[in-house]
Amino acid sequence: MNRDRLRKQFGNLLIHLVLGAGAALALFPFAWMLLGSVKSYNDATTAGFIPREWLWSNYLDAITVMNGSVPCRFDAAAPFAILDQCLLLRYFVNTIFVGIVVVLGVLATSVLAGYAFARLNFPGRNLLFGILLLTLMIPFELTLVPNFVFMTWFPTPESWLATTLGLSQEGTHNWINTYYALIVPFTASVFSIFLFRQFFRDIPNELFDAALLDGATHSRFLWSVVLPLSKPALVTSALLTFLGTWNALMWPLLVTNAPQMRPIQVGLTQFIGEAGTQVQLLMAGATLTILPIVILYLILQRWFVEGISSAGIRG
Amino acid sequence: MITRDQARSAISQGPDAREPLLRAPRSRAQWFAYLYILPAFLIISVFHILPVGYAVWISLQSGVVRRFQFTGLDNYIRALNAPEFWSALQTTIFYTLGTVPITMALGLGIAYLLFQKIRGRGIYRAIYFMPYIISTVASAIVWAWVFDPRTGLANYALALFGLPAQQWLIEPTGIFKLIGEGLHFSVPGWAEGPSLALVGIMIFAVWQVIGFDIVIFLAGLGNINSELYEAARIDGATGWQVFRHITLPLLAPTTFFILVISLIFSLQAFNHIYAMNRSAAQQLGGPLGSTRTLSIYMFQALYEQNRAGYASAIAVLLSLMILGLTFIQFRFLGKRSENA
Repeated sequence: MNRDRLRKQFGNLLIHLVLGAGAALALFPFAWMLLGSVKSYNDATTAGFIPREWLWSNYLDAITVMNGSVPCRFDAAAPFAILDQCLLLRYFVNTIFVGIVVVLGVLATSVLAGYAFARLNFPGRNLLFGILLLTLMIPFELTLVPNFVFMTWFPTPESWLATTLGLSQEGTHNWINTYYALIVPFTASVFSIFLFRQFFRDIPNELFDAALLDGATHSRFLWSVVLPLSKPALVTSALLTFLGTWNALMWPLLVTNAPQMRPIQVGLTQFIGEAGTQVQLLMAGATLTILPIVILYLILQRWFVEGISSAGIRG
Repeated sequence: MITRDQARSAISQGPDAREPLLRAPRSRAQWFAYLYILPAFLIISVFHILPVGYAVWISLQSGVVRRFQFTGLDNYIRALNAPEFWSALQTTIFYTLGTVPITMALGLGIAYLLFQKIRGRGIYRAIYFMPYIISTVASAIVWAWVFDPRTGLANYALALFGLPAQQWLIEPTGIFKLIGEGLHFSVPGWAEGPSLALVGIMIFAVWQVIGFDIVIFLAGLGNINSELYEAARIDGATGWQVFRHITLPLLAPTTFFILVISLIFSLQAFNHIYAMNRSAAQQLGGPLGSTRTLSIYMFQALYEQNRAGYASAIAVLLSLMILGLTFIQFRFLGKRSENA
């Protein structure tokens, strides 16, 4: 008996050793990035793990380099001018704005469609749902070129209105370098529709029957009963959508070339060239860009992980 | 507030509760449902369905956007005759073979260990998943530094073992040829393998996506009935026997799912390569085109050379490969994973 316990403890110790080593491997690049971000150039390029002097000013330098070597200045008289003047801030605001609008769009379109597929009866329901699932099989690359062409065709609504009403002679502006290109194509997600459909199917019928007795319509039932019950699905869909937008690279590279329109990832790739061999600035810049997501992850870690696993198992 | 699990258990109590509402007397069509699906379908039709047909159409054109000229299958013939296309295909295959099996095997191993009743499971899981959350560009910046020939940790580690320093991300020579040179025998040209630059990118990619496999495997492990384990233990099965004869077969659907997803993603590999090339101050797909996958090749045709038709032809070929491979997996592995 005693020997068994010893063996078990030894086994557990071994497991911890293996898992601990793996965890160290998973974490060390972040640690290396953080340490590198406060080193001097000499420190960073010669051996040694701990910085000999802690240069917190690297962060300011990185922001300045990202800004084309012009320091970001805050002017109390015109506080919003900093958004035009400071690129890092601009990148963040672009990404967060795009992310929030995309999330709201995805939630709105997916909740409605998911509800229809889960709870409503209409001709062609299964066929249409099948078509949706088939689109999951289409590789991103295939739709990339046509969508890029669309972006050069579509007029922005405001320039189109101005031209048709004769207010402007400049002609219409296309979607390249606009928020439309970064937002509109992503405001519907088959994955989210699927997620909500599964979730809504699991809501007991008794709830609907009770609501119906009270004279509620479907839209009322969806809004006041179903949605409050669906927080897990809403959070999962919102988090995964936001993360996808935050980390998107190929599409924003194609459709933005004005610095003012870049999301953070594109800004960061640009910064790689600007910082050159100044490793410590590169690390400081990278640290700054991952900070919001790391904080979000530390707070909502469980939601992220469970979102992914529910997505995987159900998807 | 009802959690999802509570809702589930409420449902499992009544067999009828799961039946959709339309079983009720009001089974006539609810036409307003089309309004509900309209916004989603509008977006998906315009940006996902319509472009498929249009991509095929563009792939039959030459010239730049807005001034297309119909050229038939010319783009396809060009692609299939271009050595760059075949080397990009080879690079894509190297990348897939070098990342998918390793990620899956390591992911399963770690998930299995994490699934044991040990302390700190939640913390381990959170740590392993973290690289998956962080943007590819930011993590590529630090990995490119790790692989820096002059100041990187990778060469520092090699030196600890008395091994010669390497050029890593700027090394176009095949990995097997390099190993061969180190051991003083010559490797034939066809067996050079992926360039060391690509191997560096693959290490980075495995590090980043393994958290995904771990989390999905963990969910799959959680779905296995624990009574089976107890029964096996009572019958005196060893740990390895349990893993081999209970865990692995019952995990087959999860494994199949991860395999399908990972193959689709790795055949489309772009972000990791783009970000690493950029961080190592290499041309896209460099050094010497040894990290140019099909996605990178397509992106260059579109972005650097403005050849929309040719880029579309490559995208169509790549999509056919992905669809074909997925179909084959469902046909030959899908059944087996369900029967198991």
